[in-house]
Amino acid sequence: MLQINNLHASINGKEILKGINLTVNDGEVHAVMGLNGAGKSTLSNVIVGHPAYEVTEGSITFNGKDLLSLKPEERAHEGIFLSFQQPVEIPGVSMVNFMRAALNAKRKYQGLEPMPAGEFLKLMREKRSIVELDSKLASRSVNEGFSGGEKKRNEIFQMAMLEPTLTILDETDSGLDVDALRVVAEGFNKLRRPESSAIVITHYQRLLDYLKPDIVHVLIDGRIVKTGGPELATEIENKGFDWIKEEAGL
Amino acid sequence: MGSDKNSFVREVAEKKYEYGFTTNVETDIIEKGLSEDVVRLISSKKGEPDWLLQFRLDAYRYWLTLEQPTWGHLNMPPIDYLSISYFAAPASPKTSKDGEIDPELMKTFDKLGIPLEERMALAGTAVDAVMDSVSVKTTFREKLQEKGIIFCSISEAVREHPDLVREYLGSVVPYRDNFFAALNSAVFSDGSFVYIPKGVRCPMELSTYFRINARGTGQFERTLIVCDDDAYVSYLEGCTAPMRDENQLHAAIVEIVVKERAEVKYSTVQNWYPGDSEGKGGVLNLVTKRGHLRGAGSRLSWTQVETGSAITWKYPSCVLSGEGSQAEFYSVAVTNNYQQADTGTKMIHIGRNTKSTIISKGISAGKSQNAYRGLVKVASTAEGARNYSSCDSLLLGSQCGAHTFPYMDVHNDTAVVEHEATTSKISEDQLMYCNQRGISTEEAVSLIVNGYAKEVINKLPMEFAVEAQKLLGVSLEGSVG
Repeated sequence: MLQINNLHASINGKEILKGINLTVNDGEVHAVMGLNGAGKSTLSNVIVGHPAYEVTEGSITFNGKDLLSLKPEERAHEGIFLSFQQPVEIPGVSMVNFMRAALNAKRKYQGLEPMPAGEFLKLMREKRSIVELDSKLASRSVNEGFSGGEKKRNEIFQMAMLEPTLTILDETDSGLDVDALRVVAEGFNKLRRPESSAIVITHYQRLLDYLKPDIVHVLIDGRIVKTGGPELATEIENKGFDWIKEEAGL
Repeated sequence: MGSDKNSFVREVAEKKYEYGFTTNVETDIIEKGLSEDVVRLISSKKGEPDWLLQFRLDAYRYWLTLEQPTWGHLNMPPIDYLSISYFAAPASPKTSKDGEIDPELMKTFDKLGIPLEERMALAGTAVDAVMDSVSVKTTFREKLQEKGIIFCSISEAVREHPDLVREYLGSVVPYRDNFFAALNSAVFSDGSFVYIPKGVRCPMELSTYFRINARGTGQFERTLIVCDDDAYVSYLEGCTAPMRDENQLHAAIVEIVVKERAEVKYSTVQNWYPGDSEGKGGVLNLVTKRGHLRGAGSRLSWTQVETGSAITWKYPSCVLSGEGSQAEFYSVAVTNNYQQADTGTKMIHIGRNTKSTIISKGISAGKSQNAYRGLVKVASTAEGARNYSSCDSLLLGSQCGAHTFPYMDVHNDTAVVEHEATTSKISEDQLMYCNQRGISTEEAVSLIVNGYAKEVINKLPMEFAVEAQKLLGVSLEGSVG
């Protein structure tokens, strides 16, 4: 599904990613772990095409397409969804209008007519209940006045609406208490289609307890220095990252 | 009511086309220049009574003593008042060979959803919207007349209801009010006249679609609305203009008289040609609009969506004389490219317990400058007056400017005057968030801007609101990224 080859990327002239190689197959859940500043968020931002980041070398293909040549909205239409670490507030734009614009933009890309209003609202209700998102939030402006937990649930809700094939969860666990984390993670599991894939970016084990990654990568200083099974996450939880650094000679 | 209004506008459009090509209207553009003779000529062409000629001449002579004001936060090109033709009646289609529709304009009109006939009317040059509205008004005249409502062009009103016009013309905006008011009073061409008799609720929204057409002419329309005791009317004004390289002068006056417990809603969607992306051409929109809330318990609300014009310089204002009268001003002003706007309102509280609300939303993009200027004045007589003002500015990009000039002049201790202001910017993160959900940058800007302007748009009659929403999106196309 996703092939990243020797990816180098920088922001404001500073190189953050220094040769990432990563392959995600259909239906796989990958965890990317690492300390602050390792380049985890840069990786997700580059995949979705954030204009602040410059790709200086390497390639990303997604279902056979050259991802780097696509605009951010085209990447979304192709099936990539990012659950943002800090979802931004958009005052004045209601969640309903926002979701409708997003969904119909995707349908247009696929050559479909806009979804009729009744059907759309029904879909909203259905998906909202899975992440226990209050109906009042749907009539509020995008993320405005949402608590930390509500913002993250709102991200998962949007994922459910757009049915991506690749979801990137960027530190979705940050700022969540135990209960909120459970709701978000269980919601994600319920909503994820079996053939869809995910990249879970996190510091900690606790989100992975729910999401059960197939493969765990450790990102240090812009490179993936170690890759293993789920047990690698447990090991990191117990021993931290230092031993991996030593092993990698960093 | 909303769909009535829609079919009404469509009818206007279709009528324009119909008459533009079947009736041979004489071309009548007088020589450029301004003098007493020109003023007399305009008056005689319109067959006006002596008192009106005298009004025009007084205004003209007063205008000669004035200098064009310079206090606006505007960079105005010099206006050569002698190189403008002050009277242009609709030209016949056969003299209109010079006008090929610019494809850009074509596209714009497609986007606005104005029917084909409308566009053909444009291609056929000088179809004066005011003339067209006369023909439309005739359609509804009988229906309105049943209720005693007068809705006709001001020229017609001068002929058929001279006493009413004479009583109210210049009573709210005297020709001595300002430079442009004096000019308009001297040379005004046409516009609408509305009279709603006592106790009558106007059963339909009254609408006029203004268009500047002829080259090298100015437009000086004059609108007068009188709403008698316990009456109600909602009036809509739409404006567009074809694209021209040179600036075109538009100096209008709108006067509104609101009597006891009467209510007037005045909505404007102004989309005069704004000039091209290099700042060439465009309409200079220099307008004096004022309502006088004469009667106790009267109400007036101005709602404006200003997206067009190279320069917009106007302050739809309210004089609140009647006890307990209430006034509102809701405004969205959008500037893009090199457009400039210096707009806002004046709320003059004279009567006791008068109340005014000002909601202003400025949106600046490109290299434009957008200023809110407002005056809240509370006279010593205005016991218990209240005003709430909220002025928000939204910036798109970093080369535009937003400015706020709120003035308060309070002479009564019991008055409560509140002012709030915010400035915000559409951030890269907001756009990226929308993009990531599959929403293109242009659509995202349109969503955000419409959300921001919602409070004002919601005040418009429904069909107008839809048009305004589209217009906001179109006006800001290409402003980001």
